[in-house]
Amino acid sequence: MLNMLADEKPEPSLSEMARSAAHGEDSPYFAGWRAYDEDPYHPIVNPSGVIQMGLAENQVSFDLLEEYLREHQDCGGGFRQNIVFQDYHGLRSFRMAMASFMEQIRGGRARFDPDRIVLTAGATAANELLTFILANPGDALLVPTPYYPGFDRDLRWRTGVNIVPVICDSSTGFQVTAGALQAAYEEAAAAGMRVCGVLITNPSNPVGTTVERAVLEDILDFVARNSIHLISDEIYSGSVFALPDMVSVAELVDERGDDGMAGRVHIVYSLSKDLGIPGFRVGVVYSYNDAVVAAARRMSSFTRVSSQTQRTLAAVLSDTAFAARYIRANRDRLRERHDHVVAGLARAGVGCMRSNAGLFVWVDMREMLDEATVEGELRLWRRVMAETKLNVSPGSSCYCSEPGWFRVCFANMSLEILDVALRRMSCFMERWNSARQ
Amino acid sequence: MAGKPELLSRMAAGDGHGENSSYFDGWKAYDENPFDLHHNRGGVIQMGLAENQLSLDLIEEWSKAHPEASICTVEGASQFKRIANFQDYHGLPEFRQAMAQFMGQVRGWKATFDPDRVVMSGGATGAQETLAFCLANPGEAFLVPTPYYPGFDRDCCWRSGIKLLPIECHSSNDFRLTKEALVTAYERARSDGIIVKGILITNPSNPLGTTTDRATLAMLATFATEHRVHLICDEIYAGSVFAKPEFVSIAEVIEHDVPGADRDLIHIAYSLSKDFGLPGFRVGIVYSFNDAVVACARKMSSFGLVSSQTQHFLAKMLGDEEFMAMFLRESAARLAARNERFTAGLREVGIGCLRSNAGLFSWMDLRGMLRGGEKTAEAELELWRVIVRKVKLNVSPGTSFHCREPGWFRVCHANMDDETMEVALDRIRVFVRQHQRQQAKAQRWAAKGQLHLSLQRHAGIASQYHALSSPMAALLSPRSPLVHAAS
Repeated sequence: MLNMLADEKPEPSLSEMARSAAHGEDSPYFAGWRAYDEDPYHPIVNPSGVIQMGLAENQVSFDLLEEYLREHQDCGGGFRQNIVFQDYHGLRSFRMAMASFMEQIRGGRARFDPDRIVLTAGATAANELLTFILANPGDALLVPTPYYPGFDRDLRWRTGVNIVPVICDSSTGFQVTAGALQAAYEEAAAAGMRVCGVLITNPSNPVGTTVERAVLEDILDFVARNSIHLISDEIYSGSVFALPDMVSVAELVDERGDDGMAGRVHIVYSLSKDLGIPGFRVGVVYSYNDAVVAAARRMSSFTRVSSQTQRTLAAVLSDTAFAARYIRANRDRLRERHDHVVAGLARAGVGCMRSNAGLFVWVDMREMLDEATVEGELRLWRRVMAETKLNVSPGSSCYCSEPGWFRVCFANMSLEILDVALRRMSCFMERWNSARQ
Repeated sequence: MAGKPELLSRMAAGDGHGENSSYFDGWKAYDENPFDLHHNRGGVIQMGLAENQLSLDLIEEWSKAHPEASICTVEGASQFKRIANFQDYHGLPEFRQAMAQFMGQVRGWKATFDPDRVVMSGGATGAQETLAFCLANPGEAFLVPTPYYPGFDRDCCWRSGIKLLPIECHSSNDFRLTKEALVTAYERARSDGIIVKGILITNPSNPLGTTTDRATLAMLATFATEHRVHLICDEIYAGSVFAKPEFVSIAEVIEHDVPGADRDLIHIAYSLSKDFGLPGFRVGIVYSFNDAVVACARKMSSFGLVSSQTQHFLAKMLGDEEFMAMFLRESAARLAARNERFTAGLREVGIGCLRSNAGLFSWMDLRGMLRGGEKTAEAELELWRVIVRKVKLNVSPGTSFHCREPGWFRVCHANMDDETMEVALDRIRVFVRQHQRQQAKAQRWAAKGQLHLSLQRHAGIASQYHALSSPMAALLSPRSPLVHAAS
């Protein structure tokens, strides 16, 4: 007989994974997003609403893509073959177009083999996939701080793998040092964790800088010495708008030739940032290790790219002339936007880390802290949020070891809205400075 | 650069991906020599892929008539920016709305669906995995009736670490799931110390092509509630029912038949890959009546969202109620015609199939063709290898579906045109007639040499068995598939 008394029924159990908080959504990074969702800025309807500066999206160049698609209408051939195409190798034409695009972004300084490209639904899935493939539950990935808050979910939640931070600070411009790598390695070992690899983001999110060549060489040497893996998330590789040029691990692998290192190097990419199409869910796992490519391809069954999207983008990206124009224009526009923001902030009396890439600036408000702690930073953050209604991301949500840094996105809005944001920041700083006097 | 397996995780280095199963061997044979009506009539015909290609023309026509559904056309371009930028894991509201409406429409409006419970996943593959991650811990189990889709072993178990335990079903009652079988499986698991967290059914069934009746669904909902286990219903073929009895969804049953069922235990997995023939679009849906599962599955959907370009297209198409009604009707009619033609063709040579009213395949009974009447998995695989290599049809052996009765084969027939199907039927007829002739011949020879033979296990087919293992076998035609199969 069924027990109809609802009060007596115990909660039907879900898995521990479902009940855990390892999805990371309780972080301040996401709290700011919620504040925006509840009170979003609109120039006419809600001019005092929250301006979203916590979302690293690229909206400065979408018109180029839109125009291209309008001018190159889909002529309809191959519709039926396309809708049934579910081969986890992915459309060959699309993989070739991706390989070519990745080469163009790197100025032809590295070669990519289309048969090493595995498609996933976004970089979120690509990072998780590589973690499942390279690490056992309980193992550790060494990740330089500050890092993208989403990694907590992508690398740890369902995989059971740990992140051990590689502490970087402003004294080196947040570049990784050999000493920091070693310290992290030892920390993991002391905690009884087997280190399976290092995961870097190049260019960096949230700092917006490219990894220096010498640092990259150090990282590769460290990885080789310890027989572990290197995952290089190069999702912002097309967003390098100023010198120095980005040096990709792909270049170093090509340079070092067949020294046995290649089997340990894996690259993650996505079109979400460079092309501004996060909705299309296009991610790539690129590995120099055949066994990893094979495993990734099989595992991509859980997270494939829509054949409709593959076909559309294959047409766009295989037009190398367009791709070259796009890359150039995108860089120019990002540089303009970046310079505009840096100048606006400087006029307001706020400094940033010098950066050459990404869709954000790494703002230095250390001097404004009441105390140099995470709590002090969060107090300042809440105040900035409340008074300026700008959703910026506190460095502590990115695990930055130095309190007082904030990531401020600048490419996800129109110039007009950006100027509103800069004015608000300016007013805030005026009030702040006069209160100090 | 070759890869050393020890550099990889246990998960990656193991074979939880399931590709070492015989299910995939046939695909390899097809890949090496694919049939083509015009260029390679001697090739392997793919009958191992459950796809609906009978009504793609309807979708293509709709797509051409609705350029606004594509953001790559002049009509749809104004939506490009909004759509390309939209990555919210709740999904486009219009997509969820259209999907919820469509799911109701497919079920003849006997159940309604809430758009806020529609969660995306990377195909049904992703939906099953997400539910496994949400509902069970590693080492815990779902019970699943046999025979079942081989992909479940990968989808439910590979990365989640959960187990699938069989609920044995038999041809004696057309493989219907009984309470006795369910209770037996449940209690065996418990006595083995395994925690059962859920029951996973596929309705309509793959590979059987039958729908689960209302009483069985009610029994399952009641059992789940009484034992506090989840009930996952994979309804991926809900729109591929072409004959009576009508499809009954678990959504309907908990609404009308078992209103006291605990809804927090009920979850539906769906996809557009089968009903619509859109496997390329990777549209999987997790629909749960449990709020916590909806919330968790939604967070996990970050790993397998549907492309917003595709969501936009489908929101328009699924939202076109008139077109949907026409499509469902027409698709069912075409599936019915195809099923009838195929099963009639088999009947001509005395081959029977399980009577089915749904799906994209037939569950073919070749038990009578097993060598020497040996009802073993080995005999089935032997017969299967002959069918793949000599008859050149990639059908799927029942053992790969964990069927406990050897001799059944799943044959997909909705993934080809009429002509190709006739070629396939012809090949089957030729093969079966040849087999029957060989059997008759072997019986005559065996009858002649009867005095020298000892007693057999299977009295009725003793002569056949002996024909193969006796010196008489050498006298069989060298072209006999049975000789090849034995070597």
